[in-house]
Amino acid sequence: MHPALSVILFTTLSGAGYGLLALLGVMAPLDLLPPERGFAFAALGLALGAVTIGLLSSTLHLGRPERAIRAFSQWRSSWLSREGVASVATYLPAGVFGIGWVFYGRTDGVLGLCGVFAAAGAVITVFCTAMIYRSLKPIQRWHNRWVVPNYLALSLATGLLWLVLLLHAFGRPNRVVAALTLLSLVLAAALKLSYWRFIDGSASASTAGTATGLGGLGEVRLFEAPHTSENYLQKEMGFVIARKHAAKLRRIAMLAAFALPFLLTLVAFLAPGVPALVAAAVAAPLATVGVVVERWLFFAEAKHTVTLYYGATHA
Amino acid sequence: MTSLPTSPSGKRLGLVIDLDICVGCHACAVNCKEWNSGGIAGPLTDLDPYGGEPDGVWFNRVHSFEVGAGGDGRMVHFPRSCLHCAEPDCVTVCPTGASYKRADDGIVLVNEDLCIGCKLCSWACPYGAREFDSDVGVMKKCTLCADRIYNETFDERDRVPACVATCPVSARHFGDLGDPESDVSRLVAERGGYDLMPEMGYAPTNKYLPPRPRRAAAGCTGAAAELTAPDHAPAKGLLGWIDRFLSG
Repeated sequence: MHPALSVILFTTLSGAGYGLLALLGVMAPLDLLPPERGFAFAALGLALGAVTIGLLSSTLHLGRPERAIRAFSQWRSSWLSREGVASVATYLPAGVFGIGWVFYGRTDGVLGLCGVFAAAGAVITVFCTAMIYRSLKPIQRWHNRWVVPNYLALSLATGLLWLVLLLHAFGRPNRVVAALTLLSLVLAAALKLSYWRFIDGSASASTAGTATGLGGLGEVRLFEAPHTSENYLQKEMGFVIARKHAAKLRRIAMLAAFALPFLLTLVAFLAPGVPALVAAAVAAPLATVGVVVERWLFFAEAKHTVTLYYGATHA
Repeated sequence: MTSLPTSPSGKRLGLVIDLDICVGCHACAVNCKEWNSGGIAGPLTDLDPYGGEPDGVWFNRVHSFEVGAGGDGRMVHFPRSCLHCAEPDCVTVCPTGASYKRADDGIVLVNEDLCIGCKLCSWACPYGAREFDSDVGVMKKCTLCADRIYNETFDERDRVPACVATCPVSARHFGDLGDPESDVSRLVAERGGYDLMPEMGYAPTNKYLPPRPRRAAAGCTGAAAELTAPDHAPAKGLLGWIDRFLSG
């Protein structure tokens, strides 16, 4: 599948933003976070800013972005529509929660409940994003049980990394949050490795033989394509990445998204003061870049059954 | 509404494509392009049409495959277009309601006035039936020539999709595949018509008829197995005289 930059940016930024929002919405009402308004403003600003930039960038790949509002109408059948509804609905409790915390310094009662609703909305939105891919049967590398856990775990891990940075920036390091971050990175890395192992070890049930129905007569090979230059289908769904490049990018994603942020968070966990702040300040952006690489690969390595009509033997 | 019709009529209009007969001439694809460029889904934009990398929207594409090898190898020409599935995920994934399946006849269509061009429907189609028009910014697809098949200004025999009307070898048939007694349903039953990628679970309406089995050896046409030398009896009359004169 063609890796469209706008969608990669959207899923990466909104993933981290919703992860952070979910953590804030749950932890602030439980008094696990600094109550200062400055912290609230910075943390909620970062979370909602990332989410908003992500959502806006997602409209860039539309052919008719001026009609984007129509995408909220078909939530009964469409995961994309559900994602849109969930993302916008999340702004309501997040807004009330944010106003209460930032302007009145309160996260109790109804305001705290709004935080929990915002957290639920954040998780549901990321779940819907993952389900858009998970539900596409023609793309076997997306239509499998590893996709949703990977999206949720990466959202949690990147959200936690940004929270660790915020806590250090406000001089309020929290060893529980740092420990949770280390755990979430291990979990996310394990899920990503499992996903890669799955896609390397399994093939689509569809072949050129089933796509044409001619498999019973012998091996099916494309002799002549219908057209001489690439069409929309090949440009959008025929993206092919060389195996050696994919292997290298997987190593880069592993290092940038998981291994290095883990070591840096360990530094932040053990070392006090400035070194911890520097480590946290490197870890969060580095992991976010790592997730961009991971997400690029998620698209680039995905194969669509339409390629079976254009010479591919397996999808 | 992108939910599938809850009470569809039994009617399932579609195509039956005979892979035994298709000669790969692309006339169906060309006539489809010609008709639909001016039809309800038009224009079918062409970008750089006379340049090095022409790119345009077509509803019908003819692929040619080699199948098998050696003495059993054969060439199969394979027209590919929307199959108007009974379970079309391209419709249900649509976030706007632009994609829909008609309850009356099962045709899958795009309302271009509602489409936001998110392209998700083209990802959800295993068969590559939908092509994005980057010029207009909306998705386009085969309409089964909805603007021909009910067109009362046409003679009744012409009320078939453009691809069917033009096929010079009658490899394409149009009819109601929901009616087991229709000509197309009988043809499918008789020839073992099949679904493409049944494992996807889309339950396509269009059916493909397989190439007929090859004959193991040539059949008897009544001709002698070997040619005998022509009879060279001496010519008579004037020709005989000329022959003798020239030979002498």
